Amino acid sequence: MREREDEWTGLMRSAISGDDAAYHRLLKAVTPVLRAAARRGLTRAGQPADQSEDIVQDILLAVHLKRHTWDADAPFAPWLFAIARNKLIDALRRRGRRVFVNIDDFAETIPSEPAPEAVPASEVEAQLKSLPARQRDVLQSIAVDSASIKDTAKKFAMSEGAVRVALHRGLAGLTAKLRGQ
Amino acid sequence: METDQFIRTLAADNAHRARPVGFMLALALLLAAPISIAIFMTELGVRPDVMIAMRNPLFDLKFAVTLGLAIPAIAISLHLSRPEASLRGRAWLLLIPVGLLVAGIAGEMMMPQRMPMAMRMMGKNSWNCLTSIPLMSLPLLAAALIGLRHGAPTRPAVAGAIAGLLSAGLAATLYASHCTDDSPLFVAIWYSTAAAMVAALGALAGSRVLRF
Repeated sequence: MREREDEWTGLMRSAISGDDAAYHRLLKAVTPVLRAAARRGLTRAGQPADQSEDIVQDILLAVHLKRHTWDADAPFAPWLFAIARNKLIDALRRRGRRVFVNIDDFAETIPSEPAPEAVPASEVEAQLKSLPARQRDVLQSIAVDSASIKDTAKKFAMSEGAVRVALHRGLAGLTAKLRGQ
Repeated sequence: METDQFIRTLAADNAHRARPVGFMLALALLLAAPISIAIFMTELGVRPDVMIAMRNPLFDLKFAVTLGLAIPAIAISLHLSRPEASLRGRAWLLLIPVGLLVAGIAGEMMMPQRMPMAMRMMGKNSWNCLTSIPLMSLPLLAAALIGLRHGAPTRPAVAGAIAGLLSAGLAATLYASHCTDDSPLFVAIWYSTAAAMVAALGALAGSRVLRF
C-alpha cells in the first residue's frame, strides 16, 4: 500500500515537470482504486455498484482540474483521497443518498482487477453535446479517435496552441456542466 | 465515453498549468480593494484628529487587532484551499487578535479613566461600526470567494467563513482609522460582532460557491 502511494507521488511529480506519459500512467494507476471505492460507496448507499464509471470520471476530472492545489512536497495519496471522497459524497447525494464516506475507504481499497462489469459512463458524453462545437470536436478527436494534439490541429486546420486552449476550456466547461446538472 | 478514453484526454491536457490559488486570491483582493477604499473615502474618511490619535497606543492597537485577524485569515484560507487540509493546527492563529484584545483591555483597566467602563464599551459609533465594516467587507468577500474558487476546499462553509473574517479584518483596518472609539472594549464588542456577521455571510456563500 505504502509502495503504491510512493509510486503515485513520484509519477505526479514527473507529470508536473512536464512528463505527459507519467501523468497518463498515474491516472491509469489510480482509476481501479477509485472505481473500487465508488462501487463500495454505491453499494452502501443501496445503489447498483455498476454505476461507478460516471463517478470515477467525475473524480478524475476534478483531480485534473485541481492538481495545482497539490503540494509537490506532500504525499499524493491523501490529496487524491480527499478529492475522491468529496466527489463521491457529492455523487451519492445527487442520487438522493447521504452516506458517510471514510477516507480509509480509499486507502484500504485493493483495486479489483480485472475491471468489473459496469454500465458505461454517460454523463460526460451527454455534457459534451452542450459544449461549443470547437471544444467538442477537439475533445472527441482526442478521446474517441485517439488523435494526438498535432493530428487534431491538422484535422481541424487549427494551431496546436488553439487545440490546447480548446481542450482545456472544454474540460473546464465539462466540470461546470456536470456540477450544474 | 470509456474511462480509458477520458484519461487519454486528460493526459493530453497535462501541459496546462493553472496559477496558484495564492496568486488568484491576491489578484482578486487587489482588484476589489479600490471599491472598499472608495466606500471608505466617500462615506467615512480618516478621523480629523488622526495625528494626535496616533500617539494613543489604544488607537494603534486597533490596527494590530484588525491586521492580526486579516493576515492569519489569509494564511488559513490558502491552507484550506487544499482538499486534504483541515483547521486543525491552524485555528489557534485566530486567537492572535483575541489575545491582543485581552491584553489591550487589561492594559486599559490599569490606566486612569475619564469615562466609565460602560460608556467606553458602548462608544459613540457602535451602529456605524456594525454597518460600515460589513459594507466595506462585501467587495473584499466577493473577491476572496472568487480567488478561493480556484482552490479545492472540501469544507466550503468553513473556508467561506474564514474568507469572511479575512475581508472583515481588512475592512475593519480601514474603519479603525475613521472611528474615534479607541477603547479595546468597544473593539471587542462591536468590531467582533461586525466580523462575525461577515463570517456568517461568508459561510453561507462559501457553502454554495466554493464547492467544486
